[in-house]
Amino acid sequence: MDHFPTNWGRPRNEKHDAYNTYPLHDRPYNGPKDSFAEGVQRTQQPIVTGTSVLAFKYKDGIMMAADNLASYGSLARFKDIQRLHPVGSYTVIGAGGDMSDFQYIQGMLEDLIIEEENTAADGHKLGPAEIHEYLSLVMYQRRSKLNPLWNSLLVGGFKDGQRFLAYVDLLGTTYTSSTIATGYGAYIAQPLLRKAVEGKEDLLTEEQAREIMEQSLRVLFYRDARSLNKFQIATITAAGATISESRTLKTEWAFAEGIRGYGAQVQ
Amino acid sequence: MPGEMAHHPQQRQFNPYSENGGTILAIAGRDFAVIAGDTRQTEGYSIQTRYAPKVFTLTDKAVLAVNGFAADGNMFVKKVKQRLEWYRHAHAKDMPLRAIARLIQTMLYAQRFFPYYVYNILGGIEDDGTGAVYSFDPVGSYEREACRAAGAASSLVQPFLDNQIYFKNQKAAPGSAHPTHLPLSTVIALVTDSFTSATERHIEVGDGLEMYIVLASGSSGQGLEGVKGLRELSTKGEAERVFVIRRDLKKD
Amino acid sequence: MTSIGTGYDLSASTYSPDGRIFQVEYANKAVENSGTAIGLRVKDGVVLAVEKLVHSKLLMPGSNRRIETIDKHIGMTTAGLLADGRHLADRARDEATGYRQTYRIPPPLKAVADRLGLYVQAYTLYSSVRPFGISTILAAVDKDGPELFVVEPSGVHYGYNGAAVGKGRQLAKTELEKLKFSELSTREAVFEAARIIYLVHDDAKDKEFELEISWIGAESSGLHEPVPADLFAEAERKAKEAIETFE
Repeated sequence: MDHFPTNWGRPRNEKHDAYNTYPLHDRPYNGPKDSFAEGVQRTQQPIVTGTSVLAFKYKDGIMMAADNLASYGSLARFKDIQRLHPVGSYTVIGAGGDMSDFQYIQGMLEDLIIEEENTAADGHKLGPAEIHEYLSLVMYQRRSKLNPLWNSLLVGGFKDGQRFLAYVDLLGTTYTSSTIATGYGAYIAQPLLRKAVEGKEDLLTEEQAREIMEQSLRVLFYRDARSLNKFQIATITAAGATISESRTLKTEWAFAEGIRGYGAQVQ
Repeated sequence: MPGEMAHHPQQRQFNPYSENGGTILAIAGRDFAVIAGDTRQTEGYSIQTRYAPKVFTLTDKAVLAVNGFAADGNMFVKKVKQRLEWYRHAHAKDMPLRAIARLIQTMLYAQRFFPYYVYNILGGIEDDGTGAVYSFDPVGSYEREACRAAGAASSLVQPFLDNQIYFKNQKAAPGSAHPTHLPLSTVIALVTDSFTSATERHIEVGDGLEMYIVLASGSSGQGLEGVKGLRELSTKGEAERVFVIRRDLKKD
Repeated sequence: MTSIGTGYDLSASTYSPDGRIFQVEYANKAVENSGTAIGLRVKDGVVLAVEKLVHSKLLMPGSNRRIETIDKHIGMTTAGLLADGRHLADRARDEATGYRQTYRIPPPLKAVADRLGLYVQAYTLYSSVRPFGISTILAAVDKDGPELFVVEPSGVHYGYNGAAVGKGRQLAKTELEKLKFSELSTREAVFEAARIIYLVHDDAKDKEFELEISWIGAESSGLHEPVPADLFAEAERKAKEAIETFE
């Protein structure tokens, strides 16, 4: 999806692969080799990827959701992957982007919690703000070494009566907002979430929040070809963090038959 | 194909920079400085958040506005604040404005070959009690000015400022001269208008406006009375006084 | 010790003619001067308890903890030189995180005990260093269930059902031997541990002491934690009652 009119109508760079249909950096090449190619430093790209993560504030805390798919290019490679992950007692993080980098981050945070909470045994617990600050520093340091962790991450939590929701990505860019959506969700779900949530953060019940979340996930599944209708929803409230079992959303495709250009049509 | 060159694997290279929109602006008066920025943060055509501050108080009389790549900006402000804290521990006083300006140059130039992709504008009160604005490019070139706009809508705002502050392309009425310093009320009006106009004409500007006002010791603060959304940040008894005005800008 | 004073005890890198390393034996003496520490490996968990001698009334209650957490599920306590214990705990944490980073699973206690044994042993080889003046009790519930190990100054380590080190170890061992470890619950073991510590404490020689108890079991969700305050209070109360009736 190219939003920049400047690029429209120009010859496409086939190797750029804007749709990420082919995960390898290059197709197999058996021609003559450049002996110096090995000396060229290359940067990484994501291989097995997760798509959007959605999250927003509601009356009791934070609700976050992500589907269970990890894609290999356009191949739906792993269909039972967890992209929501609890950290400490008050926080859930959700990840889009490279899944191996995300698993590395999970291990890193596990070590952090052991060091800061179990081992130190000083009664201080890390809240979502601290987790987010730590992640931001790691992500920014790695981008500054030109060796990024290829993710966009959401950090949601509830501690000391305060809701917390923030974003950090492979560039170290951060922000907080009452609704956040990563990846394709930033285009498709974020406008829906803003309309449903902005200004109503302190009013929405969990039931209403769940309805908004499921509707957004449904629209995303219809429009994002790298998504799955199997997902998990996390809530983080005063009662703690809960990540649901995977659920499958009922979808209806019959209408597609009537869309010109979709099915087997003569013209 | 005979004679074909071995093609280099062309790959999507990692680009460590991004551009997060928004605009900042500062104007110096005789005994005050106004430093302002909008609060929208964008990437491409998306609004990431409606509230991400770009203007930060550094000391009781220095305010820094940062614009460009948000991750670099936040890290840079963090490091400047850290250096100012170390200075306070070493010398038991705040760093003077002109010294902060030189420090910022040094810190920016230290990253000459992997720059902070950030435009800085520093505003505040000098030791001699005058209002001052320093503007920087990403690698540390800087100068003291009366006014400066930077960021996404700088090309819209700066010409407006040139005309209204420096009176460029304006001829004074016969037998009179242009004023060298404008009163605070006029400056606040110019800043407000700059941002409402930039919001209309630039998609990356909007959502909210944060305007910091630093008054020199002994300044009357005339022009602040009755201003909507005004809040004082300084506590009574400080020589210089700092205020902030928060306003909504259009969210579309 | 027939060879004392003959020069064979000046270095850990020198044997005596009858094949002993006196520096290691002296290290064991340092352990014997310390407040007692015990560990109980029972049916569904492990318990550590320590008689922490308080050498000054000016000390804050709860300071200089003798029981430390090594990993989520691993606890450790030492008898001997306190600072040596702190150093070895640090080392144990490094070993545990190292294992985690390599295998991404919680380290089994035997792996940690093994590596600590190697580390401690290295300090019995060189003239430039002094052996550790501590005996270490390691406790965990890992993939193999409840585990309990003791690492001695020589570097050897053994697995135990009940372990006691420090001043009162003899009496403590006698008491431990009376217990049916395979039938005790972790909660019951807490009461036994408190009782034994109070029993072996010698009022005549050492006046003040603080009791420290930690556990790992189902009730602590598999984590190494100090026992809850109410359980601690009850265990301490019952321990005091028990020694009234013991003699």
